[in-house]
Amino acid sequence: MPDADRPALPDMASLTGAVDFWSLRFVDETAETLTVRKNVALPPLACREHGAMATVYAEGGYGYAATSDTSPAGLASALARASAWARATAKRALIDARTLPRPAPRGEYASPSFHAPTRSRREWFDLLARESRESAIDSRIVDWEASIELHTATHRLLTSAGGDVVQHYRYMYPALSVTAHAEGDTQTRTLNGHRGICQQGADEILARFGFVGSGRRLAEEALEVVVAPNCPTGRMDVLLMPDQMILQIHESVGHPLELDRILGDERNFAGTSFVTPDMFGTYRYGSELLNITFDPTRPEELASYGWDDDGARAEKVHLIRKGILERPLGSAISQSRAGLPGTSNSRADSWNRPPIDRMANLNLEPGDATLAEMIAGIERGVLMETNSSWSIDDSRNKFQFGCERGRLIENGKLGAVVKNPNYRGISASFWRSLARVGNEDTLEVLGSPYCGKGEPNQVIRVGHASPPCVFTGVDVFGGEG
Amino acid sequence: MAPREPMPACGAVEAYFHDLAATLDDLIVAGETYLARFSAEASDFVRLNRGRVRQPGSVVQRFLDVELVRGTRHATQRLSLSGRPEADRALLTASIAALRTALADLQEDPHLLYSTEVRSSHEVRGGPLPPAETVIETVLAAADGVDLVGIYAGGPVYRGFANSLGQRNWHEVTSFSLQWSLYHRADKAVKTGFSGFEWNEAEFAAKMAGARERLALLAQPSRTLTPGNYRAYLTPSAMEEIGAMLCWGGFSGRAQKTKQSCLFRLRDGAAVLDPSIGFSEDTAHGMAPSFQDEGFTRPASVPLVVEGKMASSLVSPRTAREFELSANGANGAESPESLDMAAGKLPTANVLAALDTGIYVGNLWYLNFSDRPACRLTGMTRFACFWVEKGKIIAPVDVMRFDDSVFRLFGEQLVALTAERELLASSDTYRARSVSSMCLPGAVVRDMAFTL
Repeated sequence: MPDADRPALPDMASLTGAVDFWSLRFVDETAETLTVRKNVALPPLACREHGAMATVYAEGGYGYAATSDTSPAGLASALARASAWARATAKRALIDARTLPRPAPRGEYASPSFHAPTRSRREWFDLLARESRESAIDSRIVDWEASIELHTATHRLLTSAGGDVVQHYRYMYPALSVTAHAEGDTQTRTLNGHRGICQQGADEILARFGFVGSGRRLAEEALEVVVAPNCPTGRMDVLLMPDQMILQIHESVGHPLELDRILGDERNFAGTSFVTPDMFGTYRYGSELLNITFDPTRPEELASYGWDDDGARAEKVHLIRKGILERPLGSAISQSRAGLPGTSNSRADSWNRPPIDRMANLNLEPGDATLAEMIAGIERGVLMETNSSWSIDDSRNKFQFGCERGRLIENGKLGAVVKNPNYRGISASFWRSLARVGNEDTLEVLGSPYCGKGEPNQVIRVGHASPPCVFTGVDVFGGEG
Repeated sequence: MAPREPMPACGAVEAYFHDLAATLDDLIVAGETYLARFSAEASDFVRLNRGRVRQPGSVVQRFLDVELVRGTRHATQRLSLSGRPEADRALLTASIAALRTALADLQEDPHLLYSTEVRSSHEVRGGPLPPAETVIETVLAAADGVDLVGIYAGGPVYRGFANSLGQRNWHEVTSFSLQWSLYHRADKAVKTGFSGFEWNEAEFAAKMAGARERLALLAQPSRTLTPGNYRAYLTPSAMEEIGAMLCWGGFSGRAQKTKQSCLFRLRDGAAVLDPSIGFSEDTAHGMAPSFQDEGFTRPASVPLVVEGKMASSLVSPRTAREFELSANGANGAESPESLDMAAGKLPTANVLAALDTGIYVGNLWYLNFSDRPACRLTGMTRFACFWVEKGKIIAPVDVMRFDDSVFRLFGEQLVALTAERELLASSDTYRARSVSSMCLPGAVVRDMAFTL
């Protein structure tokens, strides 16, 4: 990635005399997707994306320009366009750019195992083909797929204040999916959801999640679920496993705490928030057991980094401590607008989109319960695993989520498998019913590469770590039958 | 004077695309075939909040997917291009070399199918747009005194296809999309979209006036409804969200064959829709290219649901091979890009009278399946939604969650579809500006389940 590491720069002196601040953010990313579907290897798709985002503050205005031409002439042109945008809109600008921080970060970051060797393409296909073959255990298995996405990326941020940060990333997303059809119904089981396994690092990730051998297990579970009875309806306890908890955290803690939503930027698209600025410091978001952290420093988690895309140093901070709301997910610019403390979460999904407030890694800190203790403590409830459906209102309050597989819990014991386990609730009250939190041994580090937000739209990587959790008195129901 | 990416001279980007194809022609050797898919744009994006400019900027991007085929082995590389001919030629040279290496690792693909009949095409739509800063001045002036938040996106979008057989397809659209919301307070707002190929000042003014009128209705005290079943009118904008869910695999040939489509029970005859329900992929009247990724020409129209029954599905070349079907112009996702829903007979002017008493649903939001085989959806009401009594708007309603099956809503519970339809251009800008659209009527339904 020579350009991202050492880009040839234009004559900055011709620009810097006329602007208050500039930055150039280079992104160079390669990716390859390998898939075996129904025992047939799909043609591999490799990607190489390269470009730069120029940002300028001038005369109190802000402007950006992105280009895939990173030659000196291309960068000069982008900086000139960004500068002209800043000037042209300065009088109409929402934010006086003269008040914004002008970061000067310096340093380097690298994912774990960034330089570690990996399998050859042929070896990957062999591994995927084996899982595919072992998924086809019954004629009722109608579709099945094993795949892997491998990404490497180098980001470099240069600023007129002297900033120069280089960050090297390596990501892996292994996935398995098996679909069964019987008795007029169809049910799918996946390995921790659609690309729910997504971490930084290399081949160690496969072992961490027991990828090898999971194809057959998922096929057996899909066959079990497709003929299972529907989840019962009623108010009861739920035990949400980590591959559902990550969605619960994402939708009903992460998004409502994004400061740009609270400031109104997202009201035309992703939505607003039921959280208002006056709540920070006093509002009871959840029970005493609820501790939520923003942690971009956990090495293997998907959205770890050394600095955010505006150059703020990555740090772990509590957003919610013992149930009390402490601070929002707000970047340096949003902090300046709102007068609130925040996080290092200014992020863009690539070179062609500007940074906005994002979640990065948002984690629920472990408690003290074992999984067995959590089950034993439930008189009537449902264990739910692996998210399959998600929907929440634009204030991030009224939600309804569904899972791939449920198991009844009666008198402290796990019972029959049920299908279409769904539950609904309201964020503002749901987290107050958090009754048990799994201990460190039960914690799983998952995430999603596909969080959508922003205008223009962006889809970004987010990490979530969580143990299983018990919630009491939840509105639970199943499917049509 | 605000900046704009210098508008490329007429045909300049197309000429650049032809140069890329010529380079690929030179790079391949006997026994090899290439397919190349080009996607580019020069876009202005201006984000607005509180009636002011939040983030203004421009994006110039060029992507090329190069697929190399030898026998039935094939692989693809997606490249971002600089637009500098020499640098891009070097990139393509390296790409073809890497693809050749990759082919050695691959097995024969029994499902490979691409067009071998050369059918070139050329389509250019839209003219010059006013400078984005001029549009923004107009918008902000029109929004004086109200809380406006939204996005303007405009500029040329390019799509191209080339192969080593000499086929060349070009699709160029210069268009704009302005999506804005006027806020009363909290989550009470009116959302409006205005998109097209020419900026029409009078049309914008009329849409803004309409938005202001509806905003005034939101000033009334809102009504909180208890969960239950309500008669409802779904505007075309609300229908767009339901349409998007059906497009998520519902019409896919592969998903139909593997019973993963939300409409497989309709295909199997286990579910029925009202005979007035019709869907088609209407490429002739949409904004998407008339060619697909493997070089096949798309039919002007593919009927999908006719008189409430599944008529056919969208079949990609790969699915055609796998299930021994006929390909019909679909891309790999087998999702409609120009979904057309048949009109009904209810004049839009009469929808409040037809609704009588119930919920006027201006927009829906964040839909998902709560039981996919049953085509049961859940989602939220959003923006301007009103309680209507005896054909008159009484009050805005607080957001409600619905959870109901399309087989019910567009089946036994359907009262009427509107005679007029709206062409709704997609405002999606994930990675690139979308060229998809839907043409949809509104719908009055007798009984819709609201749960929270």
